[in-house]
Amino acid sequence: MNSGSDLLSIKSLSVNFGGLKALNDVYLDLHPGEVVGLIGPNGAGKTTLFNALCGLVDVTNGELILNNKKHDWPKPFELPKLGIARTLQGVGLFPDLTVLENVMIGASIKSKTGLISAALGFDKKDERALKEVAMSALERVYCGGIADRKANSLPYPVTKRVAIARALVSEPQILLLDEPAGGLGAPDIEWMNLLIHNLASQSAIILVEHHMDVVMNVCDRLYVLNFGEVIASGKVDAVREDPAVIAAYLGVSH
Amino acid sequence: MAKSLNLFKRENKKVSGAFNQAKWIRGFTIAAIAVWAFYAFVVDKLPDSLSSFFQSWFPASSINESLVWVICALGLNIVVGYAGLLDLGFVAFWAIGGYCAGWFMSDFFYQVNIRFGTMTPKEIPGVHISFWLVLLIGALVCALFGVIIGAPTLRLKSDYLALVTLGFGEIIPQVFYNGENIAGFNLTNGSKGISPVDNIGIFGKKLGPFDLDWKYFIFCCLTALMIFISLKIRSGKLGRAWLAIREDELAASMMGVPLMRSKLAAYAVGAFSGGIGGVAFATHVNGVFADRFTFSISIILLAMVVLGGMGNVWGVMVGALLIAWVNAAGLPAFGDMVNGALGTNINFPSYNFLLFGGVLILMMLFKREGLLPESRLKSLMHETDDASSNVGTH
Repeated sequence: MNSGSDLLSIKSLSVNFGGLKALNDVYLDLHPGEVVGLIGPNGAGKTTLFNALCGLVDVTNGELILNNKKHDWPKPFELPKLGIARTLQGVGLFPDLTVLENVMIGASIKSKTGLISAALGFDKKDERALKEVAMSALERVYCGGIADRKANSLPYPVTKRVAIARALVSEPQILLLDEPAGGLGAPDIEWMNLLIHNLASQSAIILVEHHMDVVMNVCDRLYVLNFGEVIASGKVDAVREDPAVIAAYLGVSH
Repeated sequence: MAKSLNLFKRENKKVSGAFNQAKWIRGFTIAAIAVWAFYAFVVDKLPDSLSSFFQSWFPASSINESLVWVICALGLNIVVGYAGLLDLGFVAFWAIGGYCAGWFMSDFFYQVNIRFGTMTPKEIPGVHISFWLVLLIGALVCALFGVIIGAPTLRLKSDYLALVTLGFGEIIPQVFYNGENIAGFNLTNGSKGISPVDNIGIFGKKLGPFDLDWKYFIFCCLTALMIFISLKIRSGKLGRAWLAIREDELAASMMGVPLMRSKLAAYAVGAFSGGIGGVAFATHVNGVFADRFTFSISIILLAMVVLGGMGNVWGVMVGALLIAWVNAAGLPAFGDMVNGALGTNINFPSYNFLLFGGVLILMMLFKREGLLPESRLKSLMHETDDASSNVGTH
């Protein structure tokens, strides 16, 4: 691939859990402005790949290239600085915080005030600015009206939107979306399609998703995982016709 | 999607329980003055039977100590309730605050004669610093110790963290208890303690040890200060960080919340309040005595926080007042009543831990979120654990 303009490139990534090879020699490239779909049956290693990228599992072997530079596999706390944000499978909002506060946590990287000055109340300007970016992120997912609601009082489809607002508020270069349409009904899925298109104008996206209509609709390229290995990759239409993919995944579930 | 939810229009309505400063300050002031006025003017004029009822069940003398408990419980609430770090050694900060009062407000260090803003006569040697400044010193020293104690525990998960704090909570009072000869230097006067501590000076007036009304108002102000700090920080960046860490440390970290610094800040702010409580308590009992700082204080404080409702300032205050009252007045009065009625001779106050233990077990079984829960905690606690894991493996 044209590795000259890679935002992110994963080469021969392997993750072993004891004797189990969760990922074996996996590769993935992401170019600026691209939406890359990561699909495969349950247990294929999709979330493990995200976890490896977020420092949640130990990488057995593999190389990571960010912005054309070789980079160590990041620790979780380094992600915001690297411009990587992730939504979690399920919901993952902080239930005791309000919607606005949840999104403000997502914007932590933008806050310049130290904790001590914040505790002493010298962060008024910073807080206002933070609130503003959080509000506009919420408005982007059409949730401006519920900013003061507690996160645990929201219906499930709305929490999905807030989770995306929380990820996009830090203006990441790379957005990892883990099943954004999981558990949603038809109208919300339609809406999620539009939102992901909209997000792609700001960030490059890697998308793990089971809903094939979403995947086919929003992705530029696909990687198909099965038993921890990439069995196909390329343009959506080409992958869709691939007999190995049909056998492993599409043919079975659809 | 729920039809009732308007996702587009901003709601002007404030969230219930949101930070409403003017309102709670007004309510708190009225309550404080009402309690004082009741004891100062009303109780004596009541019919004898009613008056003696109040004096045995709600004696005025136990109120000030209750407020010290409230101050310390509010501090522990920051560590346990906000940041979710189990601390079983909070008595250490109460003790350090107390000894700051002992060192800086008495004639204990008779070798020197250092004074600042004090009304103690010049002839008395020792370090005599104004109560108000010592409050700040005690609180800051405690905050420093909070960081020192917190630092090595940061990488530990809940059970181990609790054990380490338990250790520190035992070590520090022991150091004070055995500190009369540290390489030939008498640091703490050992089991004899440091007494008396200087009187509080306020508005050019020197308060005697029995000026309980003044102390009541001073302690009320300190309590209000701690409530203010708790609410203020909760509504800001640090409070958000604490709650995020409490709920999902990993997710918080992935979003750029600094885990280490936020946790250290929780220890520091919690200890700060323990220091204020410690200094206040030293002036309340007019001295510091090492044998008072027992493990049971840490447990009682934790019971106050859990009983009241972790994370909710008002709940913790109610829990602290309730348990402090049971300890100081409720249980003895109840015991007198039962013993009087049945002709028995049971020492009820000595069974206080039986009662607290029982209450805590019942709370955990039937009302885990406490008497006055942080409204949001409620739904969380009664949820089954199915949705607890966000990071699955696919």
